[in-house]
Amino acid sequence: MKSKNSIDMKEFALFFFFLLLCVFFSIFASGFLRPTNLLNVARQVSIIGIVSVGMTIVILTGGIDLSVGAIVGVAATGAAFLMINLKLPIALSAVIGILLGGAIGLLNGIMVAKFNIPPLITTLATMTSFRGVSYIITKGIPIYGFDDSFAILGQGYVGPIPIPVIIMLAVFLLGSLMLGRTRFGRHVYGLGGNEEAARLAGLDIGKIKLMVFAISGLLAGFAGIVLLSRLMTGAPTLGTGFEMDVITAVVLGGVSIAGGEGKLRGVIIGVLIMGVLSNGMIIMSLDENYQWLVRGFVLALAVGFDRNSKRTRN
Amino acid sequence: MPAPLLELKSVSKSWPGVRALDKIDFSLERGEVHALVGENGAGKSTMIKILTGAIHADEGQIILDGQSYAGFSIKQAQNLGIGAIYQELNLIPNLSIAENIFFGREFRKHGLVDFARMHAEAGTILARMGFKLDTRARVGSLGTAWEQVVEIAMAVSKNIRILIMDEPTAPLSTDEVTKLFELIRRLKTEGVSIIYISHRLEELYEICDRVTVFRDGTRIETLPIGEAEKGRLISLMVGRPLLNQYPPRIPVPSASPTILEAEGLRSGKLKDVSLKLRRGEILGLAGLVGAGRTEVVRAIYGADRRSGGRVRKNGKEISIASPLDAIRQGIVLLPEERKSQGLFLNLSVSDNMVFPNLRKYRRLAMLNAKSIRQDVLGMIDSLRIKTSSERNRVLFLSGGNQQKVIIARWMLMEADVIIFDEPTRGIDVGAKFEIYTLMNKLKSEGKSLIVISSDMQELIGISDRLYVMCNGRMKGELVGQDIDQERILRLAADFSDETDGPGVSGSMEGVAAR
Repeated sequence: MKSKNSIDMKEFALFFFFLLLCVFFSIFASGFLRPTNLLNVARQVSIIGIVSVGMTIVILTGGIDLSVGAIVGVAATGAAFLMINLKLPIALSAVIGILLGGAIGLLNGIMVAKFNIPPLITTLATMTSFRGVSYIITKGIPIYGFDDSFAILGQGYVGPIPIPVIIMLAVFLLGSLMLGRTRFGRHVYGLGGNEEAARLAGLDIGKIKLMVFAISGLLAGFAGIVLLSRLMTGAPTLGTGFEMDVITAVVLGGVSIAGGEGKLRGVIIGVLIMGVLSNGMIIMSLDENYQWLVRGFVLALAVGFDRNSKRTRN
Repeated sequence: MPAPLLELKSVSKSWPGVRALDKIDFSLERGEVHALVGENGAGKSTMIKILTGAIHADEGQIILDGQSYAGFSIKQAQNLGIGAIYQELNLIPNLSIAENIFFGREFRKHGLVDFARMHAEAGTILARMGFKLDTRARVGSLGTAWEQVVEIAMAVSKNIRILIMDEPTAPLSTDEVTKLFELIRRLKTEGVSIIYISHRLEELYEICDRVTVFRDGTRIETLPIGEAEKGRLISLMVGRPLLNQYPPRIPVPSASPTILEAEGLRSGKLKDVSLKLRRGEILGLAGLVGAGRTEVVRAIYGADRRSGGRVRKNGKEISIASPLDAIRQGIVLLPEERKSQGLFLNLSVSDNMVFPNLRKYRRLAMLNAKSIRQDVLGMIDSLRIKTSSERNRVLFLSGGNQQKVIIARWMLMEADVIIFDEPTRGIDVGAKFEIYTLMNKLKSEGKSLIVISSDMQELIGISDRLYVMCNGRMKGELVGQDIDQERILRLAADFSDETDGPGVSGSMEGVAAR
């Protein structure tokens, strides 16, 4: 929606922080500014980026989805199993992998909407179970031996731009359109802003919750396929810990964990900040142990800043 | 005479163990404003829930436009043009005005939300109601009064025929109430019928045509407003003649010393505010919403940072930077939003009473359950709090009893300056009297009270002395017999430099003893 306050201080501050980070690394990390490196950063964040769109939608309703990492794993290993062990066509296997993700998302949605299990518990449970499923599918051993044509999705380029980056941008664009301009999207914001009001306005709250988890699952499944194509290895550990990176990026992007507030254009900056931060630190060859320290610190800093700017506005 | 728009015929509703409505008859004419009065639990809200489709009646008929119904669903009620505005406003703070008005019914073009049309139509509806608002503004950035306007616009946009308003004026200041009444009159001329619920009886005479009194689930009487004299209404409501709305005033001893003194308070909103509070006194703070009353007490209480000013207690300057400091100095605040700011709804009566004071009950590292119980039961008894046990969750208590639980909390802390922000909002007539009696009791025990209220009658009825605020300044002071509606209004309204009426001292100097 275009409105007068469409670029508010918060988003500006976030963008400024991002630029500051870029300036810092372009001075202290040699080679950071090279176009190939920047494209590399974009490719590195693309998987997290795709998942973060689904996560944003869930968080906007006031929910959370911890199972995205496990879904990435199941979709990737599931598709790998179909391609290698069952010799199904690549495209069909990939689609089934994505739908598998959607189905797990739907299961999350049913548990949340129909059985009133809080999202945190629901997705904690599915996260644990479906990580197990990845190990069951692969019997604990990575699956190899994919046809080279499958690599296009994760490793191909259109001109100089990596295909995963294009996919991520498309997902962000579609997500923005959906959140900003469709009824469903506005209802997502409404539900997160005041659930009771949304109920009284005659919305089917359960259906919306079901949908947001299904979308999150689908996108995580999609990300799983892209990841598989990039690595060409169906390891049961794929996607482990993604949920935390994704939630970090979303929160960094200014989405309120309480629901109802935040935009995808903030989230994409959040995703990029995460990417630039780890890329820059690697170039500066900072000890990996210290990288964790810095990442956590940046998150706390960004959210703390956000909280305090909110207080002064009220 | 044409048939009424809406008729209820012997409608009944029971909950397990309670007869919430017992064979209610009710009628509503086209373009009529019909007041519903009664104490909490009298059955008003049950009737409203039946009309809005939230619950179904056990028996009886609803006749709307000659059509007879046994009950409706929420959707059906909306389609029939029945809408309600509840005490707790149901808006979505993060969406714009227009989006709130059309939430769930968004216009679409090519599958996308048609924002242009949405804003245009929202603007038209607001204009028809006599308001000009930026429909792109976020609802969360509006004040309560404007939020209510948005709720009404929401109802109007649904081609409302019957609008139910549950305590609409409770959060509004005097001039906002005036605006609301104008709006109600406007809706009336458009043929909208209004069912109006209020605990403030004075209002009824301004806008209502008829009034129906409920008590204990039965309809006691329906009167044309001209015959519904206030005393009669109250005695019908409580079922016995209630001679006074306010307990007799206890005079403040003339030798009573000043206990609390604030001087030159400044903050974003406050411009050099000073006040004095004497021991055993009820001090009222009057003014329109936004005049800065709440800000004054929040500044004293340390809830908001202040940029200047001093606070002295018993003549000694004290520094209060946070509510904790204030509480340690024996200054406590009962906030306006009882449920969100004052109570732990899910905790028991007992936990709520002793919560900030657990140190007192500590024995070694544990809490002394026996002495807690003793104190809590003592309070329940002396404040006459109606609860099944001290372990009952506060959630299940009526508004008046919830308020008493907070009062008990501060009495247990032995606070000597107690600040009440809107102490009786949403509390019914009988319970109000009990709260006032309780205030008097506190006063006679030597506690000092500061009371903020939008209900001017209430301030007049209980204050020993009263400051009137306007635009973040103390505009004047009224004492004892001089406290009346006209003087308050004159001071509260923003007529610059027209303050020197009889009994009004324009400055804070010369605080006279009564």
